[in-house]
Amino acid sequence: MFFTFKAEKQPFPMNERIQEKLSILADAAKYDASCSSSGGKRKNEGKGLGNAEGMGICHSYTEDGRCVSLLKILLTNHCIFDCAYCVSRRSNDVKRAAFTVDEVVDLTINFYRRNYIEGLFLSSGIFSSPDYTMERLVRIVKKLRTEHQFNGYIHVKTIPGASEELIQEAGLYADRLSVNIELPSELALQTLAPEKNYAEILTPMAQIRDGIIQNKEEKALFKKVPAFATAGQTTQLIVGASGETDLQIIKLSDSLYRGYGLKRVYYSGYVPVTDDARLPQVTQPPVIREHRLYQTDWLMRFYGFHADEILDPAHPHLDLEIDPKLAWALRNRHVFPVDVNTAEFEMILRIPGVGARSAKRIVAARRFAPLTLETLHSFGVVLKRAKYFLTCRGAARPALGELTEQQVRRQILFGAGSVRSALVTQQLDLFAQAS
Amino acid sequence: MNGLTPLPRAVGAAARRPAGAPVLGAAPCDYAYDGTFEGLLTVLFTVYDRRAAPNSIQPAAAAQAGLFAEPALVATAEALAARVWDGLLRTMDAEARARLYHVFLSEDAERELLIFRYVDLALRAGRDIADNYADATVRRVQRLAQQMFREKHRMEAFVRFEKTGDGLFHATVAPDFDVLPLIAPHFTKRYADQRWLIYDRRRGYGLYYDLACTDVVRFENTAPAPASAGVAATVLDEREPLFQLLWQAYFDHVNIPERKNLKLHRRHMPLRYWQYLSEKQPRAQPFRPIQNKRPVAGPESGTGQREP
Repeated sequence: MFFTFKAEKQPFPMNERIQEKLSILADAAKYDASCSSSGGKRKNEGKGLGNAEGMGICHSYTEDGRCVSLLKILLTNHCIFDCAYCVSRRSNDVKRAAFTVDEVVDLTINFYRRNYIEGLFLSSGIFSSPDYTMERLVRIVKKLRTEHQFNGYIHVKTIPGASEELIQEAGLYADRLSVNIELPSELALQTLAPEKNYAEILTPMAQIRDGIIQNKEEKALFKKVPAFATAGQTTQLIVGASGETDLQIIKLSDSLYRGYGLKRVYYSGYVPVTDDARLPQVTQPPVIREHRLYQTDWLMRFYGFHADEILDPAHPHLDLEIDPKLAWALRNRHVFPVDVNTAEFEMILRIPGVGARSAKRIVAARRFAPLTLETLHSFGVVLKRAKYFLTCRGAARPALGELTEQQVRRQILFGAGSVRSALVTQQLDLFAQAS
Repeated sequence: MNGLTPLPRAVGAAARRPAGAPVLGAAPCDYAYDGTFEGLLTVLFTVYDRRAAPNSIQPAAAAQAGLFAEPALVATAEALAARVWDGLLRTMDAEARARLYHVFLSEDAERELLIFRYVDLALRAGRDIADNYADATVRRVQRLAQQMFREKHRMEAFVRFEKTGDGLFHATVAPDFDVLPLIAPHFTKRYADQRWLIYDRRRGYGLYYDLACTDVVRFENTAPAPASAGVAATVLDEREPLFQLLWQAYFDHVNIPERKNLKLHRRHMPLRYWQYLSEKQPRAQPFRPIQNKRPVAGPESGTGQREP
């Protein structure tokens, strides 16, 4: 195999050049929202470097408030594709760069040794061909695992169109694999990323799903089975670059969770990169919409909600002003108030202002003594929202039946003691200016 | 910590002592101890042995400066401490017991009495009280344990090693609570093939791993804690400044300026930790954004726009 990029003998012949490469290739990778470093089962056996068991660690936070857990880079931002929303698209006039295999290995090891990162998130623009690119990615992770006994976390983005064998091999070394679904509908993909299609994305996704299932089955049967992507599979889609409704988006996520056993779907608010007429002409990424989608995603995964309970064709968009659980409760006031001293756990989870942890505490603590509003408050229940929807020891206050949906909504949003998130107020101001 | 060795959990009804504890009928008493966890466990033994509830339990150094009557100084006895530590498993599980140790490390002013109250409550309840969140003592213990966990987790995240010329990875921290004993297993497993030292500047001791095991180290005679977190530049590995520079460059370039949210940034990474985070130190060169966008005109159109 020929390498089109000049091989460098020394890992660091020029410090400035490596700094420039890192700047370009980190900058191009940052729109991938995936950040998790949890769920790995890779233990440090003996005296290797690193340990990726158990919970993830966010080592730093950038000024946009996002966490830095992994060294998230592209191998190169050279790309033969021309996806309109992407800064690395072929037609964009930008500086290009490419790391060598050794440079990525050296950076990862040295960042890890200094406790800067939990591991590596490796993606790439597609240069030459999908297999050619994928083969280089595999070479890097293989080298980290086999030559450097590196047990830190590795997340590899598989390249659309790469061969089954290479994906299989990547799964042996990576803790997590992901294929980006990119956009919430096939139509949007055809318009904005003409070289991509859902079939090429869903095929490797299914292959990884099957690999993970098969690996689990083999582990149950045999003692020593090589691991395959033990932290599972994720994907990401861009929100706000195309016209889908929130209902379409959460339906898609729901089907990905059910059909492909994904650990996470990441939502990346479209950051305006170009004045291309195919894209919406916005100046700000839709951060609140993205936030509400994540809240909905959590409701589906941890709170027992179904997608069509949260949105339906009559209400295809999430309410930007209030969280989706409160919105659901306001539309379903007939099921409230819930008695915290007797209700099922599943119903307590549905009270606005009661999180998963509070709900567990309520169920545990009420075995000792009946709960009062004061004890609920000390648990961390947000009474400002919750008080309309729960009752303890018979008294619902204030009585929900006497208030209209709009009254409750207004009291929660603007009543005494309401604190609105800076994120919401900031962006709603911008909307007000724009309209 | 030898006190933390996980012991087999007492299971089954036979292992459980029937509910109840000695009635503390004697006159309440002020206790003093040597400030160690073993010392506190010995105090707990003494309380039930003398049947005298504590008015106060204080480290001897602090108690002597007090306004009150001369406290009863309890001499630490390791055998008694071990008996109490093991005995705790009859009324609580290992996790709840570990929480009490974490409360002790929190350095909270009320920690000793709080631990006594929790133990007494557990002895008298006759069942596991860990979930009784309606009780103020249980809640306070849970709260302090949670704070300890958060600080432990932050130290696992925010420690930044510098490599010295002789291959030692060195970091200085000043955690809110005494969490070094809690983070030792994490770093020992993670960095099994490099020598490292994490020094708690506030408490004047450190953890040192020498490729075989991790020990507590103190620097008795050396001038403690240089004002800056870093090691003097002369003793650093020659590539150390490069990696700090690269890490700063990485940190600057993964930020998305269009999503700037400093409030969130500070909530996740409070100001007091910035002193030992190399990515939050001043830059030698001003940040130069990558020119890869041609955004539509708008209030923010200045950012990232290409030169004509």
